[in-house]
Amino acid sequence: MSTHTEHADNPKAEAAKYLATLVVLLILTAITVGASYINFGSGNIVIALAIATVKAIIVGLIFMHLLHDKPVNAVIAVGGFVFLGIFLMFDFIDVGSRTNPQPINLHAPPAATAPAAAGAPAAGAGAAADTKKE
Amino acid sequence: MSTTTVDLHQDPHGHGGEHDPHHQHHFTTMEQQFDTSKIGMWLFLVTEVLTFGGLFAGFGLMQNKYPQEFVAAHEELKRWAGSTNTVVLLISSFTAVMAVLSARTNQGKKCAKYLWITVGFGAIFMCIKAYEYSADFAEGLFPGKFYSHHGDLIAGSHGYATFFSFYFMMTGLHGLHVLIGMGLMSWLAIRASRGEFSDKYYTPVDLVALFWHLVDMIWIYLFPLYYLIT
Repeated sequence: MSTHTEHADNPKAEAAKYLATLVVLLILTAITVGASYINFGSGNIVIALAIATVKAIIVGLIFMHLLHDKPVNAVIAVGGFVFLGIFLMFDFIDVGSRTNPQPINLHAPPAATAPAAAGAPAAGAGAAADTKKE
Repeated sequence: MSTTTVDLHQDPHGHGGEHDPHHQHHFTTMEQQFDTSKIGMWLFLVTEVLTFGGLFAGFGLMQNKYPQEFVAAHEELKRWAGSTNTVVLLISSFTAVMAVLSARTNQGKKCAKYLWITVGFGAIFMCIKAYEYSADFAEGLFPGKFYSHHGDLIAGSHGYATFFSFYFMMTGLHGLHVLIGMGLMSWLAIRASRGEFSDKYYTPVDLVALFWHLVDMIWIYLFPLYYLIT
């Protein structure tokens, strides 16, 4: 257990480090709440999640001891988040690359006018491509 | 054959009084035992991350589908309550890590004190959450088909009910974790005040603290996504 006890050589310094970490986390919380009152447009969610990620990393490194712990624990933790990232990324790529078929069908122009406007040889494909652009 | 087995043990059973009562037979050293437990805990925490990850993905997809409704629905949540709960959980994470430090430095009484304070902060968190829930219920802000709030801008949209389905599911599951954490911390506090933990053996305190920090970490994401979206 030597690797774990050597940091407890100076419990006072250790406690001070944890207290400083808490203060940093509270300041970051205040910044998040403050930033939410300012309108950055779509930047708000990016700022909020970026600060949340910084906070989570601080908690992981200091409070969960990943910084001074055996590397295998960090590998497991980072591995988990990497796979979560892959999961979220493909979810949003999937959703982002889809079009909702229902509104397109509802607003589809009459089949006769669509090929003429698009000038496409295949009537069906032309109509579909045309309505998707709207 | 038996000699090789015994040689693996630094402190074999039945030889000398140095043996730690917490040391289990199938581990070579206490350090190996501690590290093994910790790896197991981290693997469990990863499954927790992925469980909540699925819910976060669903929330993100539905927010993508109902952007206006989600922003309107989040106005119903009390920002001061969410902020206070964030502060409460962060302080409780600090007291949890102090409990680990105390256990590791042979201060059983101090460890028990910090664990009880952590339980207390958990209770404050749950009280604020209960207040929020009851205020939501009073306004008809229920999940799914039970949603009966009046005066929504986009009448008949499923977006509001969907928001509250996710809100109650995710904060409810998170709250359940807080309750479980409080239970574990209370159990450890009793054991700590009996002097069961020392620098030789504090594995349960360390692992439960890890669990508590993960619950805090999940709230760090829940808070901006639910209370601060614009």
